[in-house]
Amino acid sequence: MKLTDTREIKADPKVVWDAILNPEVLKACIPGCESMSGSVAEGYEAVVKQKVGPVSATFTGLVQLSDIVEGRSLRISGEGKGGVAGFAKGGANVAFEPIEGGTRLTYEAEANVGGKIAQLGSRIIDSFAKKLADEFFARFQAAVEEPEPEPEPEHVTEEAVADSGEKKKGWFKRLIG
Amino acid sequence: MPKDHGIGASSKRREDVRFLTGRGVYTDDMALHGQTYAVFVRSTVAHGRIKSIKTANAAGMPGVLAVFTGEDFKDVGGNPAGWLINSRDGTPMREPKRPVLAYSKVRHVGDAYAAVVAETYAQARDAAEQLAADSEIEELPAIIDMKAAVADPSNRVHDEIPDNLCFDWGWIEDNRAAVDAAMKAAPHVVTLELVNNRLVPNAMEPRASIGEYNPGTGDYKLTTTSQNPHLTRLLVAAFVLGIPENKLQVVAPDVGGGFGSKIYHYGEEALVLAAAKKLGRPVRWTAERSESFLTDAHGRDHVTKIELGCTKDGQILAIRTETLANVGAYLSNFSTATPTFLHGTLMAGPYKVPHVYVNVKTVFTNTAPVDAYRGAGRPEATYSLERVIDKMCRELNLDPFEVRRKNLLTPDQFPYTTPVGLVYDTGNYQATLDRVMAMADVAGFEKRAAESKKRGKLRGMGLSTWIEACGIAPSHLVGVLGSRVGLYDAATVRVNATGNISVMTGAHSHGQGHETVFAQIVAEKLGIPESSVEIVHGDTAKIPFGMGSYGSRSLAVCGTAMAKAVDKIIAKGKKIAAHMLEASEGDITFENGKFQVAGTDKAKTFGEIAFSAYVPHNYPLETLEPGLEETAFYDPANFTYPAGAYICEVEVDEGTGKVDVVAFHCADDFGNVMNPMIVEGQVHGGVGQGIGQALCEFTAYDETGQLLTGSYMDYPMPRAEDVPFYNVDYSCQTPCTHNPLGVKGCGEAGAIGSPPAVVNAVIDALHRGGHTHVTHIDMPVSPSRVWSAING
Repeated sequence: MKLTDTREIKADPKVVWDAILNPEVLKACIPGCESMSGSVAEGYEAVVKQKVGPVSATFTGLVQLSDIVEGRSLRISGEGKGGVAGFAKGGANVAFEPIEGGTRLTYEAEANVGGKIAQLGSRIIDSFAKKLADEFFARFQAAVEEPEPEPEPEHVTEEAVADSGEKKKGWFKRLIG
Repeated sequence: MPKDHGIGASSKRREDVRFLTGRGVYTDDMALHGQTYAVFVRSTVAHGRIKSIKTANAAGMPGVLAVFTGEDFKDVGGNPAGWLINSRDGTPMREPKRPVLAYSKVRHVGDAYAAVVAETYAQARDAAEQLAADSEIEELPAIIDMKAAVADPSNRVHDEIPDNLCFDWGWIEDNRAAVDAAMKAAPHVVTLELVNNRLVPNAMEPRASIGEYNPGTGDYKLTTTSQNPHLTRLLVAAFVLGIPENKLQVVAPDVGGGFGSKIYHYGEEALVLAAAKKLGRPVRWTAERSESFLTDAHGRDHVTKIELGCTKDGQILAIRTETLANVGAYLSNFSTATPTFLHGTLMAGPYKVPHVYVNVKTVFTNTAPVDAYRGAGRPEATYSLERVIDKMCRELNLDPFEVRRKNLLTPDQFPYTTPVGLVYDTGNYQATLDRVMAMADVAGFEKRAAESKKRGKLRGMGLSTWIEACGIAPSHLVGVLGSRVGLYDAATVRVNATGNISVMTGAHSHGQGHETVFAQIVAEKLGIPESSVEIVHGDTAKIPFGMGSYGSRSLAVCGTAMAKAVDKIIAKGKKIAAHMLEASEGDITFENGKFQVAGTDKAKTFGEIAFSAYVPHNYPLETLEPGLEETAFYDPANFTYPAGAYICEVEVDEGTGKVDVVAFHCADDFGNVMNPMIVEGQVHGGVGQGIGQALCEFTAYDETGQLLTGSYMDYPMPRAEDVPFYNVDYSCQTPCTHNPLGVKGCGEAGAIGSPPAVVNAVIDALHRGGHTHVTHIDMPVSPSRVWSAING
């Protein structure tokens, strides 16, 4: 399946670009991410916990940034194995362009799953993938924007709130600013 | 007054006592001393190259006794295809090896590439999970869509098969030009493209196998969910593992449904045997439901273009079809016969059609293997034919009943040689058509439709006729058609000293009711109570030989073998009676359980004869052997050809697209009927499965080859509310001319005849509702498809 969406982020393109290359930001933005280590060049080893329909699994896998065009676009892709639960993989081509008052972020994401997740959860895969993508970029937006005033991210789940959510809103900006 | 005993009685199914009280014994019920558990490691990708499998971690885990990978079975035989099909150009089909465990490549999601055996199921499962984590499989692009598979030679399911084609079959190739010419000359040509949807068999009992090996004797035993233990023995012993047939016993105990999926030998059976030998302990495996979805041989999956040439008044002149048939990743045992000789040979239906040509291309894809499923090829032929005839009636504004009647063969035309290679021995297709029309009250339809309309529903009526070639046998015929096995059957009738009887039959009952019906036949022939007859099946150590149960063959072929063995018992009994009564053998008659000297009151009962056979105190041993046991092998002269006509009435909700089957009428000709209740049950089950195919069931693979309908959350089986009360009739009987029981077989009928009746009814309802732009909807005719069709 393919998903596309656009977000307008109230932050400078340079801030947004630096954030996406920052592993701490990635870790905080990937829903269910329990640990992540590595570098932009070599990719990140990540452990992500997710529940798809009736199947919960801990995925271990690689998150990579590629096709990097400085300040303009890149591709984030990930592939994780969840043992008998199967596997999940996906990616997003992300583009950044400056707009008045901030940055327009456009993404085209795709996701595939295999194994038990596909057999048991197929009806909800599409909505699940959309939820994940929305959540990732909502968290990312929250991380880079000024702490106030702006609306709540739209699709933040309970886990997301518990993990990082609104408490970390704007934290990246504060960190570097 | 209906009979309450013997042939024609609705004797209650004796097997139901144990089934309904939880006392059936299925493979998984058997607990064995020292047993161990096998769990398979299955591919999660549809197509991949196995780069490495590190077994050390799994092998060292608690309780793990052995780890197997494809490499361990690389040098044993492959699981073979049972029929050789030649392509139109005369070249033989491509037969890639189907290994016990995949090596070098995995070819569908669920393809097993390793296995673990451990002391407990949980330990085996844990280790299998570890093994999956320690396996590196490079995912390759999946080949799922048949048209794309054939079009793109660069991507191959089997590296050695460039276009993913198994064969390109023409039937009958020599007639092709004549059919093309007839089609060209026809005043009207109807064309229809349709999909016969892939089905998951969904037997209630998942597959299960237990392997045993006795190092003291070198004997193997396989207990397995099989429809045909002897065939499994042949395949696993002679073809795969190289075990002498006499050292392998195969037992198929109570089996909870098969529908075709348990005909075939599967790699798990070979694995548990090889593992049992290695460990010297029993090794067992029972499929999870998910494994059944992924690995049981699926059914159907044809994409067909059918053309029908006719006169403007509906006389059929020519039929031509082009079909892509999916065989999946490997050739299952009957997978090459199902889309060809069980499909193309039936394309004339019960009609007099001068010109018929069938082309079938079978295609390898990265999906589960596809093979025979209840009806096997014949539902696909019937669906194509009855849908295109229905379309012809709409295009030419003709009455569907009259068009069928006009084209049906008439009783005086039998035996009839079809243009697709069969000889129908007998039938009366007008009779079943008349019967079903009376049952369905066709004349009263408009009134019912008006009543439905008041409730906001569109009512439609659909007709289909059907015929099948079943009683799958004659060896000489199937041999000509490419079968690598003979198809006949065998039975032993053993009369015990006290006069009761054990019948060892080559049929296998996995729900059909053989134990009841076969006993009725023996009891009738010998004039003894049914309760004196026990039917033994499903064990190669007990039964003489048998090709098993499928293709509606149990009664027509296995039952006839049994009847012939009973005839031999009677002949032997006459000899014994002649001796005991001091009469000439030729003067002995046998009737109502009594051997009698004709014209006298000198007689011996069957029980007395039996006892004497085992207490032969004064036998003339040079001319009379003690004992009373006979075996017969029976290979019939022809297939049997049951046929019938079905009418379905549906109500369609225009707002939601939901289809309700509100009435279903079946008039079938099964020849002589042995047990009416069981025949009705078989028709009910078959029609239920057909309605399931027509309305609900759909097997969806995504473009990467993931099975999206891999559980009952997404694979809808028909439920009680989806089916109506069936109206079943079998009073039109033209007994089969070449078996002594005059029977034709009823097991597959419902699944063959019902899908087109349902779809024809839905199209009829839509046309009556003014949606005349809808000429076809592919199965399953789900609410979303109907709604989309209505709203164009």
